[in-house]
Amino acid sequence: MKAPRSREPRAVRLLLIGLAFATIALFLLVPLAAVFVEAFRNGAGAWLSAVSDPDARHAVKLTLLVAAIAVPVNAVFGLAAGWALGKFRFPGRSLVLTLIDLPFAVSPIVAGLVFVLAFGRSSPLGGWLTRHGIEVVFAVPGIVLATVFVTFPFVARELVPLMQSQGTDEEEAARVLGAGFFTTFFRVTLPNVKWALLYGIVLCTARAVGEFGAVSVVSGHVRGVTNTLPLHVEALYNEYAFQGAFAAASLLTLVAFAAMLAKAFLSRHAGEEAP
Amino acid sequence: MRAARVTPSLLPGFGPALGVTLLGLSLVVLAPLAALLATSLRGSPAAFLAAVTTPRVVAALRLSFLLSLGAAAFSALLGLLLSWVLVRYRFPGRRLLDALIDLPFALPTAVAGITLTTLYAPNGWLGAPLARLGVPVAFTPLGIGVALVFLGLPFTVRTLQPVLASLDAEVEDAAASLGAGRFEAVRRVLFPELLPPLLTGATLAFARGLGEYGSVVFISGNMPMKTEIAPLLVMTKLEQYDVAGATALATILLVASFALLLLLNRLEAWAAGGRR
Repeated sequence: MKAPRSREPRAVRLLLIGLAFATIALFLLVPLAAVFVEAFRNGAGAWLSAVSDPDARHAVKLTLLVAAIAVPVNAVFGLAAGWALGKFRFPGRSLVLTLIDLPFAVSPIVAGLVFVLAFGRSSPLGGWLTRHGIEVVFAVPGIVLATVFVTFPFVARELVPLMQSQGTDEEEAARVLGAGFFTTFFRVTLPNVKWALLYGIVLCTARAVGEFGAVSVVSGHVRGVTNTLPLHVEALYNEYAFQGAFAAASLLTLVAFAAMLAKAFLSRHAGEEAP
Repeated sequence: MRAARVTPSLLPGFGPALGVTLLGLSLVVLAPLAALLATSLRGSPAAFLAAVTTPRVVAALRLSFLLSLGAAAFSALLGLLLSWVLVRYRFPGRRLLDALIDLPFALPTAVAGITLTTLYAPNGWLGAPLARLGVPVAFTPLGIGVALVFLGLPFTVRTLQPVLASLDAEVEDAAASLGAGRFEAVRRVLFPELLPPLLTGATLAFARGLGEYGSVVFISGNMPMKTEIAPLLVMTKLEQYDVAGATALATILLVASFALLLLLNRLEAWAAGGRR
């Protein structure tokens, strides 16, 4: 891309660039640096012992487990939504699209609260489940449900607009040539949207790993049992174990970094998929 | 012609795909939200009204609304600056700057929360000099505002950037060649085009800020009536077994989210119509 000519005097241009650098440094770069400075304040040994502490290890495992359930569920839903809403027009379509976006607008605390209300012991469903020995709230299933809720739109909102803009010509050609639904979907549609799908999965994974508010409401904060990594960070911080909290936070920051890198890489490819 | 027409009809799999979509949506999103509304409606309207008009709840709602609004406006201003510089100028470090914008999206909110608190605490890197100037940040409404601007920044930058990039700078040149000054060219030619994405980005930032918990809860200090935000009060009420109170306040937040979502749809339609 050719750099657009600039119409401002040089001094104005330099001033604006300087202001932009200052803003980013103050709001984004300094906090980023602070995470690692605080995490390594007492040296690499202290960092290592903080992240290999049994509670921290359990929190990492639980976080990975939750993401391993939430992300595939999200991908399957996103593909179904992409097919139904991207390839077809029908009455009520825009309402469905708005409802899919709803979890982005809802407060994470509200998202957590709804599951406490729906599955808590005072609700009929929760009471029935408790009598059958299944705990949802203040247990792992609740954490998974809350995570699926807050990540719900990620893959769908990448795939629906893309599949819509790609149209149905290629799929119709495949059908005319005798391909069945699965052949059409896996040989024609999926290869056309694979980068956008991966992009959505990356965003979904980052959010699933880092979700705090919704999970905080449903988890019950039992250390070594229902603490995910973000909740472990909070627990340590509230006990003034700052170095340990930042050590755990540095792991989450590395995940965020990986997601940002993957996102930058994938968005270039995903851009090529748009017709 | 049938009233309920699905197009195209040549492709298979519409029914099952829509079925999976609606089933997932209903089970994961709609049923739980309906449970909230049902719980909220089970009590009498008077009890609901009493629960959401206690001084503490009103103070929390006012704080959340005002700070989110202020932070959204400030994010819009910074977003204008950053998107302008990133789109219009070429300079060393531009790609890095551009990549960093996404940090608040990617960084878990609890990490942002404890980091901002540590930075702006009275003994922090930024908090100490500010405190000496007589501007305490952490554990004040200003601290909440800082966290909300951190959070809102990517929304305004990322909605403005593509629109600004799609605008041809030649149009400004044309305006200038017709005798418009630089200021007038920006105001009359650029601003009308940038207004829809600016409002969309600010609304997104506002909606996010209104419900935000993780990045605010540490820096706010959580003093009732002073620095207690609405989502935190929901949490507090729940922990004190005041389920009815938590539900009532959560219902207000949910209705606000829904209204903002509808507003965003209108804004997007407006932006699409304006640019054809």
